[in-house]
Amino acid sequence: MARAILYDSTLCIGCKACEGACAERWGLPYNETIAAEPQISAHKLTAVDTFGDHFSRRLCMNCVQPACASVCPVGALQKTALGPVTYDADKCMGCRYCMQACPFQVPTYEWNSRLPKMRKCNMCSERQIAGKLTACAEICPVGATINGDRDELMKEAQRRIAEKPTEYYQRVYGISEVGGTSVFYLSAVPFEKIGLRTNLGEDPMPEKTWRVLELVPDIVSTGVVLLGGIYWITNRRTEVARAEGAKKEGR
Amino acid sequence: MIHKFPKITVWRVIFAAILASGAYATYLRIMYGLGGSTNLSDKFPWGIWIAFDVMCGVGLAAGGFTLVAMVHIFNIEKYHPVLRPAILTAFLGYSLVVVGLLYDLGRPDRLWHPLVMWNPHSVMFEVAWCVTLYSTVLFLEFLPVVFEKFGMHKPLAWIHRISVPLMILGVLLSTLHQSSLGTLFLIVPEKLYPLWYTPILPLLFFVSAIAVGLAMTIFESWHSSRAFGRALELPLLMSMGRVLAVVLSVYLWIRFLDMSHRHVFGLLAQNRIETWLFLLEIALMAVPAVLLYQARIRQRPGALYTCAVMVVFGFMANRLNIGTTGLEAGSGTHYIPRWSEVAITLSIVAVGFATFHTIARYFPIFEAEEHPSHGREMEETEADPVAAG
Repeated sequence: MARAILYDSTLCIGCKACEGACAERWGLPYNETIAAEPQISAHKLTAVDTFGDHFSRRLCMNCVQPACASVCPVGALQKTALGPVTYDADKCMGCRYCMQACPFQVPTYEWNSRLPKMRKCNMCSERQIAGKLTACAEICPVGATINGDRDELMKEAQRRIAEKPTEYYQRVYGISEVGGTSVFYLSAVPFEKIGLRTNLGEDPMPEKTWRVLELVPDIVSTGVVLLGGIYWITNRRTEVARAEGAKKEGR
Repeated sequence: MIHKFPKITVWRVIFAAILASGAYATYLRIMYGLGGSTNLSDKFPWGIWIAFDVMCGVGLAAGGFTLVAMVHIFNIEKYHPVLRPAILTAFLGYSLVVVGLLYDLGRPDRLWHPLVMWNPHSVMFEVAWCVTLYSTVLFLEFLPVVFEKFGMHKPLAWIHRISVPLMILGVLLSTLHQSSLGTLFLIVPEKLYPLWYTPILPLLFFVSAIAVGLAMTIFESWHSSRAFGRALELPLLMSMGRVLAVVLSVYLWIRFLDMSHRHVFGLLAQNRIETWLFLLEIALMAVPAVLLYQARIRQRPGALYTCAVMVVFGFMANRLNIGTTGLEAGSGTHYIPRWSEVAITLSIVAVGFATFHTIARYFPIFEAEEHPSHGREMEETEADPVAAG
């Protein structure tokens, strides 16, 4: 049911057609200067970068349990059932916690705008809803980026590494990283050599804060009883002392 | 009445210079956005406006809830004379945190959004609600001072009636808020350097807030005694120094246990900037802890004050390390605040000092001690012309 993207670095020829299609889809300018920028930014939501003989493409991983959506105080970021993590710019107040929290450093900001928005790839959410492929997958001339059902793409990725054990590094990036992502990577070399983080672990990020946040009602209710109780005890003591003092004076 | 031009002193010149640079930085922030006024980037989205203005600001305001709990809930009456300055600091601290947020948020006009658009899974949502509610509580806790000043007895009686639930609410909100600033960073395990990243960050933030709350109270009493010519509440501050020593020891002990359980002591052998910043931070907490255990240090106002200042700086070093420097390596970038970031931060601090001074001068903040000494001051000034004549 959920959709995903498979990017096979061994097939990528670095033509950057995906960059152009992405820019067009978002209505962003695209020219030679922008094409030469190796990193994603608020005006370039996907980027093809070169690592020696290898290419690597950056885009939002649209995590299965996204840190960005969990940390957004106003719920501007949402994980949709179809896979994309969408962003509602009208809600966003610009706290940039999503940028801090994202383990892949994907969200980018319109730093020089007076009314800035966060920017990131949303896996062409509206195209997916309409049953179309993502702009990047549709234009890729060599099938390095393909778009389809998440489970099927996972199987396809595993089939490729099993079939050609000498050509592929024997892992699929994105199956278990931070609890799974909607973008899978295949590579000829270990993933850190094509600029991916490999120290992320398999626990979904939102759990790390939720573990503490879910205690809040307990802390508040226990705190009310405890502090109220302490107040009652300590001030009862003064009341008694005062009453006894009054008695003594009375005598 | 003759309106005199204020006397030009070194401090006033510095104050004016800070505010002027802050005003220009504000212009840059409004006209050219965050990009034109900060050194923030996509890889480093939070700078000193969060790490100092918000994280240190909230912490330095912790004296408010610490003393409310000590005086009103634990009923330790002897700390009463320093309660009001602590509440005033907290109230000003929180107001200035909101000012800092207005600078830092990309869309400050949407500051109210979290109150309407909920996401209870977000720590920032909890933070937003805590700031809002606790600022309100602090305002109500401070109101009696205003009512007393203007002799409004009816509202005074009314606010005294709700004061107990109000105080309990305040202490709880502070507990949540101080700790939640630590919880914020639980989501960045791969970015925050392991000397600082720990699952118990919320606990550490809470305990260190209590310590700095006490230190700030000592700091303020010392300064206000000099500024307003009051007698220093030395016996009181000495016993507070004792409490501070214990809280610091507990804090350092928890950190030691945490680090040994996470097996990160080996990192201290690495000659990296993080190691040195960590050692600085710990030293600024450990040295005053050791010193404050000694009676001869506590008995000397200057030494007591120095210890309090060390704790305040140790606390700020900790928050800045977690909020900025500890994140640099993990974020793969460097961050040095732009002059305009520093200018606005300094302006906020300067405004805080000035407002505290002004309110403390015109409102009954230092109640118990002030009336006699204030009277004496008046006598002296009145007597002066006679003496001169």
